[in-house]
Order: sequence, then structure tokens, then C-alpha cells
Amino acid sequence: MKRRTLLGSAAALVASTALPAWAQEEKLKVGFIYVGPVGDGGWTYQHDLARQAVEREYGDRVETSYIESVPEGADAERAITQLALSGHKLIFTTSFGFMDATVNVAKKFPDVKFEHATGYKTAENVATYDARFYEGRAVLGTIAGRMTKTNKIGYIGSFPIPEVVQGINSAYIHAKKVNPDVEMKVVWAYTWFDPAKEADAAAALIAEGVDVFMQHTDSTAPLAKAQEAGAFGFGQASDMSNFAPQPRIASIIDNWEPYYIKRVGEVLDGTWKSHGVWLGIGDGEVVIGEITDAVPAEIKAEAEALKDKIATGEHHPFTGPLKKQDGSDWLAEGQVASDQELSSMNFYVEGITAPMPK
Amino acid sequence: MFRLEPRASAPLAWQVATPILAVLATMIVGGGLFAAMGFDPLAAIRTIFWDPLFGPASGYSRPQLLVKAGPLILIACGLALGFRAGIWNIGAEGQYIIGAICGAAVALAAYPLDAFWIFPAMILAGAAGGWAWGMVPAVLRNWFGASEILVSLMLVYVAQRIAAWMAFGPMKNPEGFNFPGSRNLQQYDAAANPELIANSGLHWGGVAAVLALAATWFVMSRHVLGFHIRTAGAAPRAARFAGVRPERLVALCLGVSGALAGLAGLFEVAGPAGQITESFGSGYGFTAIIVAFLGRLHPLGILLAGLLMALTYIGGELAQMMLNLPAATVQVFQGMLLFFLLGFDILTRYRIRRRA
Amino acid sequence: MMIDPLSVFILLLGAATPILFAALGELVAERAGVLNLGVEGMMITGALAGFAAAHASGSPALGFLAAAIAGAALSMTFAALTQFLLSNQVATGLALTLFGLGLTAMFGKPYEGMKAPAMMPGPLGLNWMIWLGIALVPLLWWFLARTRPGLILRAVGENHDAAHGLGYPVRRVRILAIGFGGALAGMGGAYISIATVLQWTEGMTAGAGWIALAIVVFAQWNPWGVLAGAWLFGGVTVLQLRLQAAGVAVPVQLLSMAPYLATIIVLVLISARQKFGRSGGAAAPASLGRPFHALK
Repeated sequence: MKRRTLLGSAAALVASTALPAWAQEEKLKVGFIYVGPVGDGGWTYQHDLARQAVEREYGDRVETSYIESVPEGADAERAITQLALSGHKLIFTTSFGFMDATVNVAKKFPDVKFEHATGYKTAENVATYDARFYEGRAVLGTIAGRMTKTNKIGYIGSFPIPEVVQGINSAYIHAKKVNPDVEMKVVWAYTWFDPAKEADAAAALIAEGVDVFMQHTDSTAPLAKAQEAGAFGFGQASDMSNFAPQPRIASIIDNWEPYYIKRVGEVLDGTWKSHGVWLGIGDGEVVIGEITDAVPAEIKAEAEALKDKIATGEHHPFTGPLKKQDGSDWLAEGQVASDQELSSMNFYVEGITAPMPK
Repeated sequence: MFRLEPRASAPLAWQVATPILAVLATMIVGGGLFAAMGFDPLAAIRTIFWDPLFGPASGYSRPQLLVKAGPLILIACGLALGFRAGIWNIGAEGQYIIGAICGAAVALAAYPLDAFWIFPAMILAGAAGGWAWGMVPAVLRNWFGASEILVSLMLVYVAQRIAAWMAFGPMKNPEGFNFPGSRNLQQYDAAANPELIANSGLHWGGVAAVLALAATWFVMSRHVLGFHIRTAGAAPRAARFAGVRPERLVALCLGVSGALAGLAGLFEVAGPAGQITESFGSGYGFTAIIVAFLGRLHPLGILLAGLLMALTYIGGELAQMMLNLPAATVQVFQGMLLFFLLGFDILTRYRIRRRA
Repeated sequence: MMIDPLSVFILLLGAATPILFAALGELVAERAGVLNLGVEGMMITGALAGFAAAHASGSPALGFLAAAIAGAALSMTFAALTQFLLSNQVATGLALTLFGLGLTAMFGKPYEGMKAPAMMPGPLGLNWMIWLGIALVPLLWWFLARTRPGLILRAVGENHDAAHGLGYPVRRVRILAIGFGGALAGMGGAYISIATVLQWTEGMTAGAGWIALAIVVFAQWNPWGVLAGAWLFGGVTVLQLRLQAAGVAVPVQLLSMAPYLATIIVLVLISARQKFGRSGGAAAPASLGRPFHALK
């Protein structure tokens, strides 16, 4: 039923090609769309660090610009279009919620290349990239499992989406491996960034007897709470090193620099191709920040050994035998989870008693 | 010393002059701010106010003004009726969200059916949802005397949480890999609200906004209802003698403004936004309050104020992109513009006299 | 699966403090007849100013003082516009929030990533600000109900023309009330940056100011009610998180609507009681949100 699009489709081609190209310059203009402010100290901050790294790497050959705090939806589509219109030939859209907007704009600008973070829709000129955060969570889970005295570890979830569920499962599996008595407590904050609420979430975990917890939300508030209570926590997204050596005993860092530098380079030399990649510790996209001296040397060594095994591909964090929370079989002995299965994960593994939010 | 003397009617000259004065004042003070931060003030002001209209990519940004201003104008029209009558609906944001949810619900229930009636049914559902959400404060005020300002504001929070609940629960896209958010209605032809003419920025929401402007103008200046509304706002007691029934006026104003906000939400969810997400309400309902006031509760003023607000949003994005101006600077600039507009407004309503 | 109520209560006290401060401040402004929707803007300003001062001086107490001054200073913009230039309070308040959020994001850049000095713990392991917030409740109640300035403030809020006729300085009272509201909102915001998070991040108040507005209504414009409201709103958040931690399935969105629905119900009940003649609780101050202009 094309009744109401009739007028649109015919004129669309004419008009979009007639749009003026802003400027013809030698430099490659690279644009970034951020979902938060660059000063959020977490997700967006890390993307912006990588943008600066691109500028450092290529100097005069590139020019970067960004638009921050772009709401998902209509505003995102406009912001992306503005970047494309102003001569940006490579555009990174750095939030899942920009997915449909990115794809829509990409259709209108076939000669502009788009990189969308954490989504699943690709096209000739739209690539997707994501990080295997669960690999890093395996390392943190190992440390947490060893460091807990109460045998209760915690996880502050943002939203019950596959990425976070993977993290919880991975952390739990590896904590359990080194400490069979460990229990995992999960609290969903339903926000990526709300310091006061994250602090409350941390306090709730601590009150439940948790003494080591991980967070999948972006502020340092949970670490501040951990400090008050003498508990341990981990840096999230960025290193959060000013809470080291404790309560922050290690961190999981999103490092987009290698990927951004590589992809900008490919556009510069004309070898860029669309793809959907999911990079992890081995590619330097997920980095484990310094494990502090609050962690005994042998635990530190164990965690680093695990990290190395994941980096080389020797160990996959989701390796069978594993059952689902309801006791049904998931992975047989030696079998590893497929990427497809992971990317829509909505169940806990066996042993986690927390209910999965519906 | 000076004193203020209320004017019997606002002179047209001042009504036109004050917004211009306010914009100029904002440019001067804002320019100073930009200069203090090390940005070229002239370039910044040109990028914000000029480029979206006449700059190199204005072919794209001009229609976008319409996309951004459409919902603001549509909502502000409804609000203006109530504000004139002294009925303060500040919960348009909630009515906007509920309208979108109701409209989207129709589409999602019908999916993937392809039928002509789906979009009209969505429009009805969107308007009805917004109307119902607006009627809650109306009924509570009429029956119990509860303040509609506060009830409508509380209902915004409730609506926001319903949107989050919908995005994670009942409306979650079954093919969305367990990510929150409904199906994208842009990709469902029978329910989509696309541009009517390519690159015009005009979708059904824009059409509705124009109709709402015309209707508001007609009601306010040509219809007995407009007289009732103005009387009720200016002199509630006199209005009673003139046969105005305040309960009906409350229900009417809140209901109409709710329905218009609901429509704005529906057109947005079926068009530019595409889907119900956890953060669907993006503040249009609150910004529309500002638009209504900037427009002096007059249709023509609302049209211009809506476009001006849209201009600062789009120009602000351009300034970020072209000049690396932080988003915060643009926010400050907008705040300043509002302060000046609200402040200078006194010149239209009062005469300043030197105290004898 | 027992949850220790005391532990929930202690968590609740911390969670309720920022909104308690902000709501008490707004209460005073509203009792004087001023509806200031700029609470969020004043809170975030206080959060930054407080953090900056605490960081520079190493003293959280100085931080809170600076936050109060900054919040009050920003509120004077609102006061000037609404009291002298007679602008609409709703629109001006919304503009104030926008302005405050932008201003702090701009000036806050240098403070990102720094850490606040530790709060000094007070009695019973709760910090002094928690105690101060609770102490303010009876103080404000006493001020409003039992003192002459409090009476004047309420008179101004109930009927500004009559108050003016009696020779009370309507405008001055309102400006002071707005300033007081700004100061408390600033302190509430600073509690988030100094005591809860220990860092400055833009937008960190994340809507607390709007909750404060709801609490004032819930409280029927009574300081004790504000305390109850802050505990209810803080309590619902804390309790749902606590239940989750204990492994209970919680319908989070539905539960988080509850305080707002409760607020509406309370509002309806008190309004109804007033409308149908049985005196008792007070509905909104009669002049709330109405501009005042003395003709003489």
C-alpha cells in the first residue's frame, strides 16, 4: 500500500542528488554522533577519546566533528543527515538507538560510509561494529569470585538487553569456576546514567551482603558507595582510575581507538568495505584496566592468564557444558555459543537465582 | 523610579518589536559568551540563525524546521486555548506520549495487515488517547477541585513510565533481538506517516498543525467560544454572568489540548521517530509551553515561535558540527533567548511611566 | 527471603536527602505563591558549584555553602523575570531549567574526572546533611505555622492582593522565598555531587528536581508531608532495588509510577475535602503561579 508515499518516492531521487555538496576538500571529514555528552566519563567519553586518537593518527589528512547528546529517533536522523550533507564521508553513529536512522540516511547518501555501533543492520555503505564485553566480564568475574568473602557478588545492570545479559552470565560462569559457592545478585537500574540511582543500586547490593560487584552503568557513583562500605568494584567503560587502588580493583574499558583508526585508514586508502564485526580482548577493543595491588598477586596472575587465553582464542567464555537457568540444556561439553545466539541472549545460565525481567 | 501601568490592549508595534529586540539582545549577550569561550561570535550567530535558512545545506534544513516545529505548533495551539482561559495544562508531554502509544498500539495490533483504514484508525486512537489523558486532570478539577497544573504534571511522569514499560514489555519488537523498542512504523507502509512531498519536511503532522492554527484563529477571534475563553481568563466572575459554564470550559480546553498533543505524538511515532522507545517523550510537550507563551497565545505568534525554537535546535546542531561549539553552549543560548523574550514581553503588556 | 527493614530505611535516608532539600525549598516558594519549575536547573547549578568549592577547599561544608549561594543566585534570574518583569512563571521556570543545565555543562568541563573530598560522618553513621535535612522539617513547620514572618509569607501566597492591602511587601517576600528555594535546591543538588557520587558529571541530577516538585504536591504544602513524600519517593526506588537484589521479580516501571499516582490521589483527597466543606488539609496556595502587580 503505497498510497501516502506516492508523491515521495518519485521526487526523492531527484532531490537527494540535487542537494548541494557542502564543500570539496582534500581532507577526509569524519563525523561522529554521540548519544550522551562527551563529558559523561563513560560510553560517549570513550568514543570521543577514539575520535581524538584518529585526529592524532592522521593529522592533516582528516578533519573530525561531532554532535553530542543527540536523542534517538527523529533528531538522530537529522543530525546524521547534516553531517552527510556537510561533506563528511565517514560517519560513526555510536548508539544502538541510531540504527534505523543510520540505515535511512545511508540510503540517501550512497557515497558516504557509515559505521553503526552495536546494531545488526548492515548495507553496502553501512558497517556495524560491536565489542565482546562479555570477554572482559569473564576476567572481572574471575577476580570477583576470588575476592568475595561473603560469596555474594553483584551486578548493576542498565537495561535487560542481550549485551548486559551476556555480561552477567559470563561474569557468573567464571566466578563460579573459581568459587563454587558464589551467588550472583542482580539489580536493574533501568538507566545508563543516573548517578543517584546507580548509587542506590550499589547500596542495595551491599545491603544484601554483596562485597564485590560489577556495573554496567556509566557513572562512578557505585564506586563511591563501594568505598563507603569497604566493598570492591570495577571501572566501567572508562578506567575510573581515581577510585584505584580500591574500591576500584580493575576495570573493563571500551577502547574504540584501534577500530576507528583502522577504518578511517581504510577510507583514506580506498579499501573500506562494509562488514559486521564483533571485536574483543584479542583485538584490543575490550581492555582490562590495571588490576591494583588490592588484589593478591596469585589472583591477579590467574585473571591475566584467563585474559591471555581469551585473547588468543584458546578460551571462549561461553563453552559447554552449560545449562539455562530453568535447567534445560544449552551447550554440550566443549561446544561454544554461536554469535547469533549470544546477540539475542535473553536468559540466565543455570545457578543464577535472580529472576530475568520480563 | 519607574512604575508599570497595564495597557488596555497590547499595541501591535510592541508585539512585533519585542521578539526582534529579544533576539537581538540574545545575539549580543550570546555573542559575548561565545567570544569569551574563544569562538568567533559572528560565525556562531550566523551558523545558528542564518545557515539553517539560507546556508549551503539549507535545502535540507529548511524542511527540517517544519518537521521539528510541527509537533510544537500542534501542541501549542491546544495549550493556548486553555492558557487564555486560565486553565493550565502543563502535562502536554504526557498526552503526547499516550497519544503515540495508543496510535502505535493500533498499528502493532494490525501488523502486518495492509488496509486503508489503519492510518485513519491510528489518528483516531492517538487523538483519543491524548484526549483521555487530558481529561483526567479536567475531571479531577471539576469533581474535586484538584489543581490541573499539578495533576497534569504528575501524569507526565506516569506516561513516561508507561512508555518505558511498553518498550520493554507489551510493545517490544519480536524481531528486535530482545532490544527494547517497538517495531519501526516507518517500515510498515499501512501505518507510516512519511513525507507527503519529498524533501518538503511536510507530513500529516504538519498538515494537522496548519489546520490547528487555522482552527485556533477561527475559534479565538470569530466564534463565541473564543469570547467565552477570553472572558473566563480575564474575568472569571464576569464570565459566569455571561453564561460561561466553567466546568465545560475546563473539560473542553484540557480535552482539546490533550487530543492535539496526542495527535502530535501519533504523527511523530508513525513518522520521524518511527517507534515507541523507552525515551520516546523527548520534551516536545514542555517546549510547546514555551512556544505558546512566546507566541503570545496567538496562532500567528505560535507559528513563528515554533519555527524560531526549531531554528535554534537545528542551528545549534550545525554550530556543534561546523564550529565544535559544545551542545551546552547552545542550551545556554536557548535559555537566554527565552529569558529575553519573556522579559521584554513586559513592554507589550505594560507602559513604563516615570514615577512622579 | 527476609529484608531487614532497618537497612532499607538507612538506604532510604540517603536517597531521600537531595529531593528533601529541594522539595522543602520549593515548598517555601510555593507557600509564597510562586511556582518555580526551575528546580532541576537550580539543583544542577548547586551540584556543580558545591563540587567545585568542596574540591578547591577540601571542605564539604564549604561546598554546601557555595551550592546554596549558587542556587540562590540562579533563582534571582527567575525572581527578576517573574517579580519585576511579570513573566509567566511556568515558562520562566522551564527556561531556568534549560539555562541551568546548559550553564553547568559548559562551566563544568574542567571539573570532570576529579574527586570530591570525603564527607564527614555524623551521628549514627549518617552524614550531617541527612541530619540537617531532617532538622529543617520541624524548623520550617515552626516558621510557617508559628512565626509572624511565616504568617506573612502564607498570606502572600493565599491572596496577594489582600496581603498587599494590609501593607505587606508582596514582592520582597516572594523574592526572599524564591531565593530560599534556590538555596535549598542548590544544596540538594550538591548532596548528589558531594555525598552520593563524589564526582561532577553534567546532567547528574537526572530529573531529581522534577521529583521534588511532585513531592511538594504530595505533601499538601506541609513540611512534614515533604518528609513523608521524600521518604516515599526515595523509599520506592530503594525498595525496588533492594527487592531486586534479594532476587524478587519486581515490575519496575509499574512500581515506579506508584508514587506519582499516590500524589494524584492525595491531591484529589485534600482538594475534595476542601471543596466539600470539611476544613482540614490545605489545597494549593490560592495565588500559586499567579503574577502579582500592584496598581499603586
